[in-house]
Amino acid sequence: MLVWSRTGRALTWAFALLLFAVLYGLPIGVIALASISGQWNGVLPSHMTLEHYVNALQGDSLEQLHVSLWTGFVASAVALVSGTWAALALRPLARLPKRLLDVVFFIPSAVPSVSVGLGLLVAFSRPPLLLNGTTLIVLIAHFVLISAFTYGNVSAGLARLPIEFEQVAESLGARPFYRLRRVTLPLVTPYLIAAFSLSFALSMGELGATVMVYPPGWVTMPVGIFALSDRGAIFDAAALTMVLAISTSIVLVGLSHIPTRASPR
Amino acid sequence: MPADLAGTANAVPAVVRVGVERAADRSSSGIGFEDVTVAYNGLVVLDSLTLAVNPGEIVALIGPSGSGKTTALRAVAGFVRPVRGRITIGPRDVTNVAPHARNIGMVVQNYALFPHMRAEENVAFGLRARGAAADVIRQRVPECLRLVGMASYAKRYPRELSGGQQQRVAIARALAIRPQVLLLDEPLSALDAQIRRSMLDELAKLHRELPSLTVLYVTHDQTEALTLADHIGIMRDGKLVAFGDAQSLYRYPPNRFSAEFLGRANLLPVQALVATGGGMARVRFRDGAFVARNHHALPDGGECLLCVRPHDLCLAPPDAASNALTATVKSVQWQGDMQSVELDVDGHLLRVSCAPMHAPPSPGAPLTVHFSATQATLVPETMVRG
Ligand SMILES: Nc1ncnc2c1ncn2[C@@H]1O[C@H](COP(=O)(O)OP(=O)(O)O)[C@@H](O)[C@H]1O
Ligand SMILES: [Mg+2]
Repeated sequence: MLVWSRTGRALTWAFALLLFAVLYGLPIGVIALASISGQWNGVLPSHMTLEHYVNALQGDSLEQLHVSLWTGFVASAVALVSGTWAALALRPLARLPKRLLDVVFFIPSAVPSVSVGLGLLVAFSRPPLLLNGTTLIVLIAHFVLISAFTYGNVSAGLARLPIEFEQVAESLGARPFYRLRRVTLPLVTPYLIAAFSLSFALSMGELGATVMVYPPGWVTMPVGIFALSDRGAIFDAAALTMVLAISTSIVLVGLSHIPTRASPR
Repeated sequence: MPADLAGTANAVPAVVRVGVERAADRSSSGIGFEDVTVAYNGLVVLDSLTLAVNPGEIVALIGPSGSGKTTALRAVAGFVRPVRGRITIGPRDVTNVAPHARNIGMVVQNYALFPHMRAEENVAFGLRARGAAADVIRQRVPECLRLVGMASYAKRYPRELSGGQQQRVAIARALAIRPQVLLLDEPLSALDAQIRRSMLDELAKLHRELPSLTVLYVTHDQTEALTLADHIGIMRDGKLVAFGDAQSLYRYPPNRFSAEFLGRANLLPVQALVATGGGMARVRFRDGAFVARNHHALPDGGECLLCVRPHDLCLAPPDAASNALTATVKSVQWQGDMQSVELDVDGHLLRVSCAPMHAPPSPGAPLTVHFSATQATLVPETMVRG
């Protein structure tokens, strides 16, 4: 504890809680309230109802949940495999070239995702790379936006792995692939899970690029939420937001419970 | 230099000699360094190392931190590639062989037990990696754990073991693959003093049980080296500055650095050497003269160092032909069973270890110390080879 006195500590906590409530609690609370309100004219909504949730869990909205989960899983899985591969491949590089490459990897995250979507749209709009109007272009957009984070997470994990484990494995007769499978990957499993969780969460919430490239038959939840609020169906949009948040949380909590035996010594 | 190993064989304890002979029938392998040079980014950290570890022998490489000991070990394991020279294991040149194909057991400083595997899985790792049959694994894993006294800890994870226990498992893991050579890098440095002492005894016992195992042991601790090793190599700045069997290296250090590093010798600069026959020589120190062993056959007339160990300096003449030296007392320290006295002779520090005295001298007082001619050795300032 940095603050020693009892009152000082109480004040610090109170301030932190207040800040937290205003910055996080308020917007989420408002959406949660909106999702169950039939009408909202005063300070608090009136006519509580679960009708919006019923809407959110059927028809188009249910289909969007399905699309989002599917996109999130596939894009994150592909990003995890390729990000891990890249991190392993670039590990032996010297410091400076590695730094430069790291920067390059993160550029897609630094530009607005709308621009990434636009870029993909233009790039893949004529043969032989004609991907416009396909599901694949949505997956590619998500992959481009999240792969830097998976790469970053996995290479951070590899950087923290003492080289001795792999060297001892090697001297005991482990060939490179065996060593990777039995030593390196198990020891960075927590980082792999963190990488997948982050990518999945990013993908579930992705709007900017998806809006530019999505085909009519492949509408993700954020696109659906955007369309609903655009039409003025605020309460339905709020309910769909809650469904999105809850389903993402369930997946993330599930991921965090994957047992990893690779705990630190 | 490896050629003179044969000449020192009679100083090797009998147990180990039997081991070497038995090792020979079981075709155990030695380790050879021939002119091995390793550089990191152009900076030479191991400089033309030539050294032979005979089959079944324990060789300790000692030296201060940064002297290149670990680098030498890693070159044998294959984790650094020499820019020059050859490394052999048995008859095989392994200089360009991948680490996984070298058949080496290695124990690193922090053990590096795989944290996600139980002790028995750690020990089985090398066998599994080599595709050993299930019944071989079932038989050999408990056998190796028993050898290091860890049979009852087979199901534990490394984090559930103490440092000393982890160390034993690491040794069992290295031995399970029946390696031709065992490489140990400061295996005891992470343990506290008491456990270190008992692990040292156990390592010695282990080698008696596996006499054909060739061991290269890296340490900065001279006690470990003197206790375990048949031969000791002393490293400094990437170079091997001394090599020999433990006893003669201690008694007749070949240069100043090894005299100081191995057993903190007292060294006094002496002149005008005259050989007096019988391997002895007379030298001049200030206006007096000493007689000492001239083991290295230093030439007449030259300058060199007189080397005498702190416990060989006594307050009473040990024999009729002893040397005497008067110096000024600098400090007196009582250490329980020992009295440690520091003397000053013409600006040279002289350490004396003796039995506790009833009336210890006080600082500033003159004190005459004696040493037998046979306990003092003449040492050249720099390298003598062979
Ligand atoms: N991977 C490395 N890159 C660059 N220099 C290194 C590396 N490993 C060791 N060195 C240098 O090589 C020298 C010898 O190191 P090392 O063999 O570890 O010494 P010791 O084991 O005797 O303490 C040291 O000066 C060290 O800084
Ligand atoms: Mg070292």
